[in-house]
Amino acid sequence: MTDERKAGEILRYPYATRVNHWIVAICFVLLALSGLALFHPAMFWLASLFGGGPWTRILHPFVGIAWAIAFVLLAARLWRDNFLDSADRQWLRRIGDVLDNREEDLPAVGKYNAGQKLLFWVIVLCLLGLVATGLCMWRAYFALPVEFVRLASVLHALFATVLICAIIVHVYAAIWVKGSIRAMTRGTVGYGWAWKHHRSWFRAMTGAQRK
Amino acid sequence: MVLQSLDIIRRSATTLPEPQARGAHTGEVAKLIDVTKCIGCKACQVACMEWNDLRDEIGSCTGSYTNPPDLSDQSWTLMRFAEYENPKGDLEWLIRKDGCMHCADPGCLKACPSPGAIVQYANGIVDFHEENCIGCGYCITGCPFNVPRISKKDSKAYKCTLCSDRVSVGLEPACVKTCPTGAIVFGSKEDMRQHAAERIDDLKSRGFDKAGLYDPAGVGGTHVMYVLHHADQPQLYSDLPANPAISASVGLWKGIAKPLGLLAMATTAALGFLHYLRKGPSEVDESDEEAARRELEKTP
Repeated sequence: MTDERKAGEILRYPYATRVNHWIVAICFVLLALSGLALFHPAMFWLASLFGGGPWTRILHPFVGIAWAIAFVLLAARLWRDNFLDSADRQWLRRIGDVLDNREEDLPAVGKYNAGQKLLFWVIVLCLLGLVATGLCMWRAYFALPVEFVRLASVLHALFATVLICAIIVHVYAAIWVKGSIRAMTRGTVGYGWAWKHHRSWFRAMTGAQRK
Repeated sequence: MVLQSLDIIRRSATTLPEPQARGAHTGEVAKLIDVTKCIGCKACQVACMEWNDLRDEIGSCTGSYTNPPDLSDQSWTLMRFAEYENPKGDLEWLIRKDGCMHCADPGCLKACPSPGAIVQYANGIVDFHEENCIGCGYCITGCPFNVPRISKKDSKAYKCTLCSDRVSVGLEPACVKTCPTGAIVFGSKEDMRQHAAERIDDLKSRGFDKAGLYDPAGVGGTHVMYVLHHADQPQLYSDLPANPAISASVGLWKGIAKPLGLLAMATTAALGFLHYLRKGPSEVDESDEEAARRELEKTP
């Protein structure tokens, strides 16, 4: 019902996955804004969005926990499709063609291309790092030796910077590659899009559909 | 905490200069604690409670005269009692009045993310302005002396103010006023160094060869200084750090990481934008749809 699609469309993300993704995304935006407020004085004004400094300090770790749980659930749906193979290495070697919008000579891509797969693992790594270091910094509930907290603080900033940059790339890719955003809003993509960007996946999906 | 808004030389999480028309023309202040004259009476603890309207919980004896067992949001100063057996086999009772050292280069202020929650006055006092405190505890992370404490009542950070309210009207801190042996004295930092030098000469003449002043350079010097009989071993005095400094992690976190982090994010976004301007979107055109259709027709 929710995932009903018209002819010429392929289901890429069912309803539950889409909801899950947007919970992760909203949590991430809240975390990035509140985290930046506490990271750099020039960004402290962002604390106003959360009701001031103390509320920013209180909310950030709880949103972080929600984000981590939601991401783990999302990753449980996606991780199998994100192992890099030899075609992915070839794709990465031709990254210049990708950036030039020339996809003709690229190897056929499965559900995810190598860039998407790398992004997935970067997010997984950052998530583990951010949760571990963030708990060390959460003084309301944890009391660790100060040397740990100091190291955790600088690593938390490092992981957060890497993650924010990765998500900027992720968001830009969705803007750049037209027809991608509807995969995460409506859930479906067109045949042409699937053929152009994820040919192996297109073949697997349409083969299955025609049976 | 008092609003001396015209002589703030440093303010947490603030990138532009603060109003500093009023300088400290009589020099920076300092409190000198002569550990060798301290009798451990705790009058300073009582005076601190009294002046600052603080009442710590009444705890129980933990086997030491150090009571309460640690600094807290209600105990901004604390006599720490250490029993030291010297090489001659004699017992020395080393009693150190612990509390904020009022560093010239304060790690708490460097770490604090909330504008104006921590300030440093021209006279050198480092003060917390709790109305701006967000309760994150970064000051604890930044402090090389383990001094600030977060209150369980209001989640704000507290520590010794060096009685900035008293000092601003020409009085000495409450602990100084009350000390019965003159172990705590207060004045300009210059005068205190001079007084310390006289005390150290006296101690050396009495056989304390290693007597000296504790004014650690790693934090730019402090506005609370100690005269120690064993200045070569400050750790004897309930783990007073020998070479305190803002930790390298905190220096990195609150130094180069901030501009580099923002630069990395801005650069990533700018590169995306420039890529779009140069290469434009990747669009699915009719030929792709056509190819997809052909392929579907081919498949049995």
